[in-house]
Amino acid sequence: MNLYLWLFFGIWIIGWWLNSILSKKYNSNLIRFFVPTFFGIIFLMMWELIVLGLNINPVLLPAPTAIGSKFIEEIPTLWIDFTQTLIKGALSGYILGCGSAFIIAILIDKFDFLKRGLLPLGNFVSALPIVGMAPIFVMWFGFDWESKCAVVVVMVFFPMLVNTVQGLSIIDKSRQDLMKTYSASYLQTLFKLRLPSALPFVFNGLKICSTLALIGAIVAEFFGSPIKGMGFRISSEVGRFALDMVWAEIFVAALAGCLFYGFIALMEKQFTFWHPSQQK
Amino acid sequence: MISVKDVDLIFETNDGPVHALKDVSLEVEEGDFVSFIGPSGCGKTTLLRAIAALEIPTKGHLTINGKSPDDARIDREYGYVFQAAGLYPWRTVEGNIKLPLEIMGYSQTEKKERIQKVIELVELKGFEKKFPWQLSGGMQQRASIARALAFDANILLMDEPFGALDEIVRDRLNSELLDLWMQTKKTICFVTHSIPEAVFLSTKIVVMSPRPGRITDVIKSTLPNKRELNIRDSQEFIKIAQRVREGLKSGHQDEVL
Amino acid sequence: MKFFNLIYSLFFRSNFFPIVFILTVIGIFWYLIAIPMNTEKVERKFKNLNSTEKIIQSWNLEKPKLPTPHQIVKEIVNTVFFKKISSKRSLVYHGWITLEATLAGFFLGTVLGILLALGIVHNKAMDLSLMPWVIASQTVPILAIAPMIIVVMNSVGVTGLLPKAIISMYLSFFPVVVGMVKGLRSPDQIQIDQMRTWSASSNQLLWKLRFPSSVPYLFASLKVGIAASLVGAIVGELPSGAIAGLGARMLAGTYYGQTIMIWSALFAAAFLAAFLVITINFIQNYTLKKMAILT
Repeated sequence: MNLYLWLFFGIWIIGWWLNSILSKKYNSNLIRFFVPTFFGIIFLMMWELIVLGLNINPVLLPAPTAIGSKFIEEIPTLWIDFTQTLIKGALSGYILGCGSAFIIAILIDKFDFLKRGLLPLGNFVSALPIVGMAPIFVMWFGFDWESKCAVVVVMVFFPMLVNTVQGLSIIDKSRQDLMKTYSASYLQTLFKLRLPSALPFVFNGLKICSTLALIGAIVAEFFGSPIKGMGFRISSEVGRFALDMVWAEIFVAALAGCLFYGFIALMEKQFTFWHPSQQK
Repeated sequence: MISVKDVDLIFETNDGPVHALKDVSLEVEEGDFVSFIGPSGCGKTTLLRAIAALEIPTKGHLTINGKSPDDARIDREYGYVFQAAGLYPWRTVEGNIKLPLEIMGYSQTEKKERIQKVIELVELKGFEKKFPWQLSGGMQQRASIARALAFDANILLMDEPFGALDEIVRDRLNSELLDLWMQTKKTICFVTHSIPEAVFLSTKIVVMSPRPGRITDVIKSTLPNKRELNIRDSQEFIKIAQRVREGLKSGHQDEVL
Repeated sequence: MKFFNLIYSLFFRSNFFPIVFILTVIGIFWYLIAIPMNTEKVERKFKNLNSTEKIIQSWNLEKPKLPTPHQIVKEIVNTVFFKKISSKRSLVYHGWITLEATLAGFFLGTVLGILLALGIVHNKAMDLSLMPWVIASQTVPILAIAPMIIVVMNSVGVTGLLPKAIISMYLSFFPVVVGMVKGLRSPDQIQIDQMRTWSASSNQLLWKLRFPSSVPYLFASLKVGIAASLVGAIVGELPSGAIAGLGARMLAGTYYGQTIMIWSALFAAAFLAAFLVITINFIQNYTLKKMAILT
């Protein structure tokens, strides 16, 4: 067994042992941050060592260092792909889809009949493989980002609609009665009670939809795209067996996903600070 | 002020009709402090909600200041205090008190004045910027009462506001409420489970019993309006409390099962 | 009187009529929108048609821009009932290929997910090291890896069902871990303390308290997981040149401009998704009733 494999097992054991001790003995916020980070670093080291140690063909599984250098090398291309897929496709679809779902939820909230029909249908549609509509949208809107935006809109619309409608329905009865005793108008009740009350649900929907938007935009490009975009790059580089570039794109996607979700979680903390889920 | 005549209220439930109120008649004069006491299901909360136009009687007449309950509601003639404080958690104490003032369209300066006045009344000075979940149960209820006092309603409807609090806090809030009543001269309708609380606070005690919900006794209190907590040990107090107990027991005996 | 009550409750209480109403409205809109969407093709194909004939033709084109419901249904009926199940033209054949991979991946993902959840709940080191990564992975568009996994596995000789199943497994794994961890940790401290006063062993605590409490959470995750597995299997069919499966059929439809084929495959996938989720829901309700959590 060569040096790399010895190092591999050694680092695995030491890392595990260290993490075990730290987890058992301490519980501060610093430890809670350090342990998973340390785990991640150990994981990357083990990845590097196993590729070197078993002499894995870089065409099948590149080492982290190779991916890292490819990433730095190809930043311009990665940036173009990022703007094409995530900004033009995913973000626009997200804003359009979630925005319209939110507004429509408020409109149908007045009509119980519509609510009872749309809620089950919305739940149903949310479970469907909407991504499959990508080729249809390509046919209608062309190859460029517009068709990807359309896929994202359909993907995020129903989960957002269902969550907002739910949020607007589950309102404390005595808080509603209070508004009645003030003889408040529909709009006053909407803005002062129902919308603030619904915010936790709205943010839940926004978080779910953030991941859906990313997935929708990237996977929609698997079905056809102009010569740029993350989905396009991934499928074409996979075809050329340039897997280090594929991993670099995936890293960008992962980073974007985490940051986007994190941003929404931050906004959630800001606007729903009062909800029990936001308080330790 | 509040006139209840032969009011019936029947709820249609999945298990059949529930006779929440039957032939209920009552007169509440201006400046009265009326307690409603009785076991669960006697209709006391339902009666309060009917006065507040949150429930509609199936029969009978209900007028508040000569108007129908709904008209009184639209004219904002009463303030309602719920069992759970029902404060909006995304607003500070100040913000919660401001809520009815915003809805009713008071001016900026008026709002400031009223909030100031009412916070001092319930002794929450210094806690204006706190959020409800940062306050104890007793303080939350005080904020809820302040909210009901902020606008110019002459009637206060209170549904077991101190029910969730421990006895020590409860005693303190009881005497504070009495002081408030003497100061503001409002008409108060107060629902409670507790006999000492009812006797201590009221000028008139309405004893109710369930199945069907009805009034079994209306007791005019002989205690002076200005009271200290130690009045609870006096002979007069104990006599009235006994009469309340009798009323509750008799209602229990001739229950329609 | 009873009949009238039934109709009344159907209309005003249940969800039946509202759903039917909305579906009918959607159907009507569909036919109406198909007219302007397809007129270009109609005018290119036929000359000298009056308005009524144009409308009827726009609802019956061979390669329409927007197929109408009856066209899609016809295609589905054709490819399901009138083709041999083993033929490459049968929708049942393609549906089964996709379903195979979905179920295999889903089963693997669920089992692994439960195992990891058990590890996380019982081992503090695993909890602190892995849980943040599991949660973070939910924000990552994992599906983007699909082509790579397919191609890499193909090149080492692993083809067909297994690579797709691996993708499906990966997608259903994370919801199951998150849900199970939440569920295993859901009992109140009061209940756990109660077990301790009875000197219950760690195993007993697991089987008698934690596991039963986690069942509702598990089923909620399973529903998310199976829908994700299906999408994974479909996307996994794209890179290998689109030979078999519903995803492959959608791609083939794109290549050959056969829009009705795309829509019929999409409807079949939707039907499959609905069927799977409803089945799990059914099992969930039965199990929860048996456990007396639901009445």
